[in-house]
Amino acid sequence: MIEMSSKLILITPEILLFIGAVVVAVLGLSTHRRIRNAVPWTTVGFLVAAIVATQYVYDGSETVTDADLLFPNLGLYLKVMVGVIAIGLVLLGIGMVDRRYEEAVRDGRTSFDPLRVVRGEYHAFLLLSIAGTMLIANANDLIWLFLAIELSSLPTYVMVALGRGTRRNQEAAIKYFFLGAMSSATFLYGFALLYGASGTLSLTGMQEVFADQAAADGIPLFGLIGMVLAFVGLCFKITAVPMHFYAPDVYQGAPTPVTAFISFMPKVAGFTAIIMLCAALGWSGHHIIDNAGVKVPTEGLPRPVHATLWVIAVLTMILGNIGALLQTSIKRLLAYSSISHSGYLLVGVIAGTAEGIDAVFFYLVTYGVATVAVFGVLCGLQRHGREVETLDDLSGLWKRHPGMAFVLALSAFSMLGLPPLLGFWGKLDLVIAGISAGETPLVVIMMATSAVSAYYYLHLAGLPVIRKPDARTEGVEAGPSAWPRIAAMVFGIGILILPFGARTLMEKAEASTKNSWLEPVETTLNTGDARPEDQTPELPQA
Amino acid sequence: MQLWILLLLPLITCVGVAFGGERNARAIALGGSLVTFAWAVVLAMQFPHWQAEQWLYWPAPEDNAFPVLPGLGIAIELGVDSVSLLLVLLNVFLMPCCVLGSWVAIKERRREFYIWLLVLSTCVMGVFVARDVISFYTFFEASLVPGFFMLAIYGGPDRREASFKFFIYTFVGSLFMLLGLAYVAWQHAEQTGNWSFAISDLTTFAPTLSAGEQGWILLALLAGLAVKVPLFPLHTWLPLAHNQAPTAGSVNFAAVILKLGLYGLYVFVLPMVPEAVVTWGPTIAVLAVIGIVYAALICWVQTDVKKLIAYSSVSHMGFAVLGLLALNPLGLQGSVFYMLSHGFATGGLFLCIGMMYERYHTKDLREVGGLAFKMPVWSFFFIVLVFASVGLPGLNGFVSEFLCLIGTFTAVPGAQTGYPGVLGPWFAAIAATGMILGAMYLLYMTGKLCFGPLREPADHHESEELPKDLSLREIAAVAPIALVCLVFGIMPWPILHAVEPVAEAVLKPYPALVEIHFEKLDAAAKVSLLTDTTLEGSR
Repeated sequence: MIEMSSKLILITPEILLFIGAVVVAVLGLSTHRRIRNAVPWTTVGFLVAAIVATQYVYDGSETVTDADLLFPNLGLYLKVMVGVIAIGLVLLGIGMVDRRYEEAVRDGRTSFDPLRVVRGEYHAFLLLSIAGTMLIANANDLIWLFLAIELSSLPTYVMVALGRGTRRNQEAAIKYFFLGAMSSATFLYGFALLYGASGTLSLTGMQEVFADQAAADGIPLFGLIGMVLAFVGLCFKITAVPMHFYAPDVYQGAPTPVTAFISFMPKVAGFTAIIMLCAALGWSGHHIIDNAGVKVPTEGLPRPVHATLWVIAVLTMILGNIGALLQTSIKRLLAYSSISHSGYLLVGVIAGTAEGIDAVFFYLVTYGVATVAVFGVLCGLQRHGREVETLDDLSGLWKRHPGMAFVLALSAFSMLGLPPLLGFWGKLDLVIAGISAGETPLVVIMMATSAVSAYYYLHLAGLPVIRKPDARTEGVEAGPSAWPRIAAMVFGIGILILPFGARTLMEKAEASTKNSWLEPVETTLNTGDARPEDQTPELPQA
Repeated sequence: MQLWILLLLPLITCVGVAFGGERNARAIALGGSLVTFAWAVVLAMQFPHWQAEQWLYWPAPEDNAFPVLPGLGIAIELGVDSVSLLLVLLNVFLMPCCVLGSWVAIKERRREFYIWLLVLSTCVMGVFVARDVISFYTFFEASLVPGFFMLAIYGGPDRREASFKFFIYTFVGSLFMLLGLAYVAWQHAEQTGNWSFAISDLTTFAPTLSAGEQGWILLALLAGLAVKVPLFPLHTWLPLAHNQAPTAGSVNFAAVILKLGLYGLYVFVLPMVPEAVVTWGPTIAVLAVIGIVYAALICWVQTDVKKLIAYSSVSHMGFAVLGLLALNPLGLQGSVFYMLSHGFATGGLFLCIGMMYERYHTKDLREVGGLAFKMPVWSFFFIVLVFASVGLPGLNGFVSEFLCLIGTFTAVPGAQTGYPGVLGPWFAAIAATGMILGAMYLLYMTGKLCFGPLREPADHHESEELPKDLSLREIAAVAPIALVCLVFGIMPWPILHAVEPVAEAVLKPYPALVEIHFEKLDAAAKVSLLTDTTLEGSR
C-alpha cells in the first residue's frame, strides 16, 4: 500500500492534467461563447498547476528516491520542461481551432451545435498527450512504459485529424495513424522479447538481470533483438530513420498548431523512453558487481545495439539535412529539420554517461523553445485566411511584421546553432558529451551535417528580411488572434535571454540524472574520468 | 570593465539608431562610432604594456572572468595584448569612415544598415578582446549574421549568391574549428581533471599533445581560419562578397573581417600546435605562395575595379601568412603590421571606389577613366592609397611587405638570427614576384582610372547631391586613412616595438622544435641514403 500511495503522489501532476482534460472537454461544449473561449486558458491553468505540483512532489524526500525508478529525479526536470513548453504550444492554438465554425456562429450564419465543435476535445487530447509524456518519467516497468507512450501518442492521431476538410489533412491523419499503430506493434514486440530475455518487467530488475548476464555469458541474442526492435519502433516517435518517411507529409497536412505539438511532444516521449531502455541495458559508466563484490565499469551499450543506434543516428542526420535542402514548403522544411535534430539528439544517447543524457535533456529544451517560436510565427500569420505555405509567402515579412521576421530569424539561427543563441549551447553540450565519450567520428558527422543545415536555415532566416515584398506576399496579414504571435515573441526573446540562464538549466538537467544508476553511491573503483562535480551528489532543489 | 564598455558602446548606439528615426540614423551612428573610437584611444593610452619586456594581457583576464557554465569551465574572459589592441584600434578607426562613406549611398532601410554595421563592429572587437575560446567562437560566428544581412540587403545585383556563399563557407569551416577546440578542451579536462576554455590554459596545454593529434587539430583549426584569411583554394567567396557588398561592407570585410582569420592563426595555431606547424608549415606556405601569384595574375586581367582590389586582398594576405609561418620575430612583426596596413590601405581604396561609383554607377575600367583632371582631390587620395598598397617605400605597405619577405628569407635551418625556420629563399623569391605583379596591376588600374583622356559612361549625368569632386564629408572619410598610411610608413617603430615581446613569447618553443624537426629529417635522409648505398653495393 505504501508503495502504491507513493506512486500516486509522484503522479499528482498527471492526475491534475487528467482532471483538466475532463474539465476542458466539458467546457468546450458550452453554449456560451465566453466559456468556450476560456477553454485554452483553463488548459493553461491546469498546466501551471501541474508544474507547481511537480515542484512540491519532487522535494528530494524518500518518496522520490525510494520509488524504484531508474531516474528518480528525472520527473522534476522533464515535467517542468514539458509543462512550460506545452503552455507555449497551447497559446499557438488560440484562435485557430474551430475558427471557421466559431466565426459562423458569431455572425449568426449557423446555430451552435455541440456535435460540431472540437475546441474542448482538442485541448483535452492535448492535455492527455502531455500527461502521457510526463508519465514516461515515472515508468518503472515495461507495461507502464508502453501505456505511457501510447497515452502520449494516441491523442496526437486525433489531433492531426482535427483539421478536417482538406485532402492533404486526411492523408496526413491516415498516414500518421497507421504508421503509428505499426510502430507501436514493433516496439511492443520488442518489449515482449525483452521480457523473455530478462524474465522481469521491472526496468530496475531488468537492469540487474542484464548486468548479471553481461557479466556471465553476455546478454542473450533475442534480448538484443528485442532492444533493437524497440528502438526501431520508437524511431517513429522521434522521427528517425527508418521510420521518418511520414514526417514531411504529416507535418504539412496537420493544422499548424498540431504540427508544432507533434514535432515536440512525441520527440520528448520517444527520447525519454529510449534513454530508459538504454539505461536498462547498461551504458558506459554502468557498473556490475564482480565475484569479489567490487563494482567495475562495463564497456557501454552492447555492440549490436550501439551499432544500430549509430547507423540510425548517422542516417537520420544525413537524410534529414539533405531532405530539407530542396523544400519550398516551410512545414516540410521544418519536418526535415526535426528529423535532423533527432539525429543530433541520438549522438547524446549514444554517448551515454551522465553528460550525454544531460545534454539530450538540455537540447530538448533548446529545441522546444525554438520550435514554439518558429511555429508561433507560422500560426500568427495567415495569407488570405489560409495558412502560410511556402518560403516565398514570407519574403518581405520585415516590412509588415518586423517582430515576426526577427523571431523567425532568431529561431532559425538558434536551430542552426549559431552562438550566442540558445541552440548553440545545446549543440555545444552534445559535442562535448560526444567527444568525451570517444565518439569523435560521430561528432564529426554531426558537425558536417549541421553545416549542411546552414543552407536551409539561412533561407528561413534570411528571405523574410532580405527580399522585398511582392504581390504574392501582399496577402500576408496577422492571424485571427494575437496570442500565437505573443507566444512567438516570448519564446523568441527566450532564445536570446535563456543563454544567460543556461547555467541553471544545465544544472537542472544534470540534477535529473542524479541519484540514478549512472552515479553509484558506493564505488570502490574510481572510474577516473568522472567530472569533478559529479563526485559530490547533491539533491535537486525543490 | 573597460573592455565591456568598449563592446557595449556600439550596441547602445544601435538602440539610439533604432529609436532615433530614419533621418537621424547616420548622424547617431557617426556620433556613436566616434565615441567608441575615443574610448578605444583612451584604452590605448591606459594600456600599460606598449613598452613591455614580456607578453602580458591587460586587464589580467582572470580578474574580469564572468562565469557562464562553471561546470564546463566556460567563462567569458576579456583582455587585450598589444596585437589585439592594435586591431581593435584599426576597427574603431575605420568605423566613422565607413559611416561617412555610406552617408548618401544608403537610401533605403537606413536604420537597419547602421545597426548591422555597428553590430558587426561589436562582434569583430569581441573576437579581438576575447580571451576564452567560447567567446572567441561566439563573436567569430556572430559576426557572420550582420555581414550576411548587410551583403544580402544592400549589395549589388548578385547579392543573394554572394551573401549565401559568404555565410555558408565561413560557417562550415568554423564548425570544424569548434570541434578542434572542443577536442583540445576535452583532452585538457581528461589530463588535468578540470574543464577550462581559457585560451591561455589551452595554449599552454595543447603543445603537450602528440604530433599526430596536433596535425588533426591544425587541420580542424585551418578549416575555420583559412576560409577567413583566405588561403588559396578556399578564397572563392571573397571576390564575390567584396565585389557585391555596399561600400561600408567592402571596407569592413577587407579591413577587419579578413583579419579575424589571421588573428586566429596567431592566437590559436602558432601557440597551440607548434609541432604540427613546423611539420606542415611549408605546405601551408606553398598554398600562400600559390595564392599570392595566382590572385595577382587574376588581378591583371580584371576590368572591374572592385573585383581587382578584392583579388589583390587574396594576394596580399598571402604575404601575411608567410610572415606568420616564417617563425621568427621579424616575420611575425611584419605579419601583424601587414594586418594593419592592409586594413588601412585596402579599406581606403574601397572607400574611394565607392565614391567613384556613387558618381558614375559603374566600376568598369573600360567605361570610366582619366578622372585626374575632373576629380583631382579624389585622384590624389586614390593614388596615395594605391601606393600604400603597392608597397612604395615611405608608406606603410612597404614596411610590412619587406618585413614579411625578410622573415621568410631568413627562415632557413641554420639561421643566424637564432630562429631557424622551415621556409627559405625560394618561398620569398616566388612571393616577391607577387609584389612586382602587384605593382603592375595596381599601377595599370591607376593609369586607366586617373590618367589619359576622360572617359565617362554614355548615360552619365552630374549628380545633384554630390559635387563633381569630393565633398568635405568624403575628404573627412579618406584623409585620416591616407594620413595614417603615411605616418605608419615613416615611423613604424612604435608598433614594431610593441609587437616584439609578443612575437618573442609566441615563438619561444619554435627554434628547438625546428631543430628537432630537421634532425629527424636528416636521420631519415641518412637511413634512406644507407639503403641506397647498400643497393648500390649489391649492384
